Amino acid sequence: MAGDFRDERERTLRARNRALLFVLLGLVALFYVIAIVRMSGG
Amino acid sequence: MSDLPSVVVGSASGAAVGDYVQILKPRVMSLVVFTGLVGLVLAPGHLHPVLAGVAVLCIAVAAGASGAINMWYDRDIDAVMRRTAARPLPAGRMMAGEALGFGCVLAVWSVALMALAVNWVAAALLALTIGFYVFVYTIWLKRRTPQNIVIGGAAGAFPPLIGWAAVTGDIGWGGLALFGIIFFWTPPHFWALSLYRAGEYERAGVPMLPVVSGPRETKRQMLLYTLVLWPVTLAPWALGVAGPVYAACAAVLSLVFTGCSVRVWRDETDRSARQMFQFSLLYLFLIFCLLLLDHAGGGRW
Repeated sequence: MAGDFRDERERTLRARNRALLFVLLGLVALFYVIAIVRMSGG
Repeated sequence: MSDLPSVVVGSASGAAVGDYVQILKPRVMSLVVFTGLVGLVLAPGHLHPVLAGVAVLCIAVAAGASGAINMWYDRDIDAVMRRTAARPLPAGRMMAGEALGFGCVLAVWSVALMALAVNWVAAALLALTIGFYVFVYTIWLKRRTPQNIVIGGAAGAFPPLIGWAAVTGDIGWGGLALFGIIFFWTPPHFWALSLYRAGEYERAGVPMLPVVSGPRETKRQMLLYTLVLWPVTLAPWALGVAGPVYAACAAVLSLVFTGCSVRVWRDETDRSARQMFQFSLLYLFLIFCLLLLDHAGGGRW
């Protein structure tokens, strides 16, 4: 019972970490694009 | 040992990605994004598509942040109401501090990005919207006055104005007209819901108009607001933001909305109030769709 719950918790944590990674990568790409647009006078 | 799951479920690690999405109130966010986008499209001038996308993203994130902070503050009354009891905080899947921290980070992030990427006027309006929703509506008015959603409804009306300001850098009459449409639409929309949820609001101690003044007075005020919406929805046409076909269609929609309100006035059951709530969502969506279509047609309709 406790083992199942621990597995479930680890799965949740892994999914959260992956989501956070994608958000951070998305932000890096977004700031990169914004910088290009702003520098080109957009 | 058998108590372990129930103890840890309420801890910081219990919240799944879906719970974080849920506290952003995605359904509310979708309407906010749409109205903000319409303000952005209708505003005179040009904004680079990437920056326009950033502006919409900031509006969406700010709306989500407001929703998360609202869920943090209202977690006690959410637990009492059936409609909201399954939310991550009252259900114990997320800690209160997590929701507050998440909301605050997103709020600061959205305003800062709007200021850096778009302009300071749009960022200031965005900050004002978050502050208005959290401090004026959620913390101050919601539990104190039956006029809570009348004044607090302004927070939901800001997005098209922010979209407008993102393009023009100032607050134009056209943006204010879009603000007015949502501002005057909000009371009949929420009071239709609160008419058939009055018992839940009463148990939660939220002084919605049907709880404080009764259904008769609520229905009277709903009717008045739907009548006010006639000239308000025609304002974009009067200001030259939209053409005559928009005006004609908006008038027909307002007529139907007023008709819904009259049915609610006559009906003693909850049925017509439920239908009016559903139609109110469609009404606002169609009004803003018409504005978009009119703009796409060059305002010649």
